[in-house]
Amino acid sequence: MNTLFNNLDVFTTGFRTTIILFLVSGFFALLLGTVIGAMRVSPVPALRAFGTLYVNVVRNTPLTLVLFFFAFGYPKLGLPEIDFTASAIVGLSLYTASYVAEVLRSGVNTVPVGQAEAARAIGLRFIQTLTVVVLPQAFRSVLPPLFSVLIALLKNTTVAAGFSVYEAGAIRAYLAERGEPAIVVLLWVAFFFVVLVLILAQLQRYFEKKWKVAR
Amino acid sequence: MTTEAPSAALVSVQGVNKHFGQLHVLRDIDLDVRRGEVVVVIGPSGSGKSTLCRAINRLETIESGEISIDGKKLPEEGRELARLRADVGMVFQSFNLFAHKTILENVTLGPIKVKGVDKATAEKEAMALLERVGVGHQAPKLPAQLSGGQQQRVAIARALAMKPKVMLFDEPTSALDPEMINEVLDVMVELAREGMTMIVVTHEMGFARKAADRVVFMADGQIVEQAPPEQFFTNPHSERAKDFLSKILTH
Repeated sequence: MNTLFNNLDVFTTGFRTTIILFLVSGFFALLLGTVIGAMRVSPVPALRAFGTLYVNVVRNTPLTLVLFFFAFGYPKLGLPEIDFTASAIVGLSLYTASYVAEVLRSGVNTVPVGQAEAARAIGLRFIQTLTVVVLPQAFRSVLPPLFSVLIALLKNTTVAAGFSVYEAGAIRAYLAERGEPAIVVLLWVAFFFVVLVLILAQLQRYFEKKWKVAR
Repeated sequence: MTTEAPSAALVSVQGVNKHFGQLHVLRDIDLDVRRGEVVVVIGPSGSGKSTLCRAINRLETIESGEISIDGKKLPEEGRELARLRADVGMVFQSFNLFAHKTILENVTLGPIKVKGVDKATAEKEAMALLERVGVGHQAPKLPAQLSGGQQQRVAIARALAMKPKVMLFDEPTSALDPEMINEVLDVMVELAREGMTMIVVTHEMGFARKAADRVVFMADGQIVEQAPPEQFFTNPHSERAKDFLSKILTH
C-alpha cells in the first residue's frame, strides 16, 4: 500500500496518459477501421485492393516496429513535427485500425445479403446501404471480438513506454529511481489494468444488452 | 392519370441473356409491360423467373440485351442506378425488413434518405400506408416481433412509400405459412385494382386468375407462352405449359 500511496503522483500521471492514449487511439482506430473495413467490402476493385493491402501490411508488422517508425523514422521525412505522445497515438491508431477492419468485415458477412438488397432496392446508394443498414447490424454481431481488440489496444499502450511516453508501462522505471521494489510496483500496475479492463467489459455488456437484436 | 401515351411500355426487356456459370438462366427474354398492367410470371423452379424479376432493378446483372424503365435504360451502377431503383418497388420472398429498425422506421427510411422528405411528413405517410395494409398498430415494434404475413405487408408498405412506378414481387408468399398467404394476396389484389403496374413472380394461381392481365409462363430460361389468365389456364398452347399446369392443378 505504501508503494502506491507514497508515489500516487507517478501512478496517476502514468495511468492518465495510458487512458488518454487508449481513448484517442481507440476513437481513431474505430473510425479508420470502419473506413478500411468498408473498403474491403466495397464494389470498387481499387478500394478493395487498398483495404487488403493496408490490412496485410499493417496487421503483419509488429507494433514495436510501427511505433519505431513514428518515433524515429517519421521525423526524418520532413513532415510537420509531432511529439512522442502524438506519434504513439498515430501508431496505435493505424495498427489497431487493421484489426478493427477485419473484425467489422467478418461482422458484415454475418448480415444476411437480403438486408443490403432491400436497401439497394429502395434506392439507397452503396455508402448509405453500408452506414444505415449493414454496419449497424454488423457492429452488434461483432461486439465481443471488437472489445477484445479494444482491450488489446489498452494493453498495447504500454509499448509506448519504450518510446519516451510517460504512461503506465513506464511507472516501474520511474519508481525504480525512487528505490521502490519493482515487483510490488508491477503488481499495482497490473491491478489497475485489470480494473480498466473490467470497466471495458462492463461497457461491452451494456452495449450487448442495448443492441440485442431479435431475428 | 398521366399524359404519356398509354401504349408505351413502362418496363421494357429486350433480348436479355444471363448465365450462372454453365447454366443459361435467361435466354433472349423479351417482355414489355404497359402502365397499369399486372403481369404474373409463373413456371417451374429454376425457370429463371426470379432472376428476371431481380434483373429488372439490376439486383442481378445481365450479359446482353437491354432493360428500360419508363423509357430510361437501366444504368450500370452508382447514383443513377440508385435513383432509378427508387422508382421500382421490390418485395422479396424473405421480406428483408431491416432487422434493427422499427416497422415505422423501415417504411420511412427510403423517403427520408433517398427522397429527402422531412421526418414528420414521412411518418405521417408511413402510418397511412401501414394502416392501409392493416399493420398500423405494429408501428413501434421490431420486424422479428411480427408474423411473416405482417412482415410481408410491411415490406409492401415500405416499397409503396417510395411511390414507385412499378412494383416487383419475387415470390412474395412462398415463405409464408398457408394461413397467412391470403392476407398478403388481398393487399396485392387491392393494389392491382388501384392501377399499380405490377410484375409478380408467384406460384399462387388463384392470384393470377383474380388479378392478372397477362400470365407469362417461363421454362428453362425462356418465355414459353403468354396469354390472358383465363385463356392460359383453360387452354394452354405449349406442351411445357400443359405439363406444368397438369402437375399443379390436379389437387
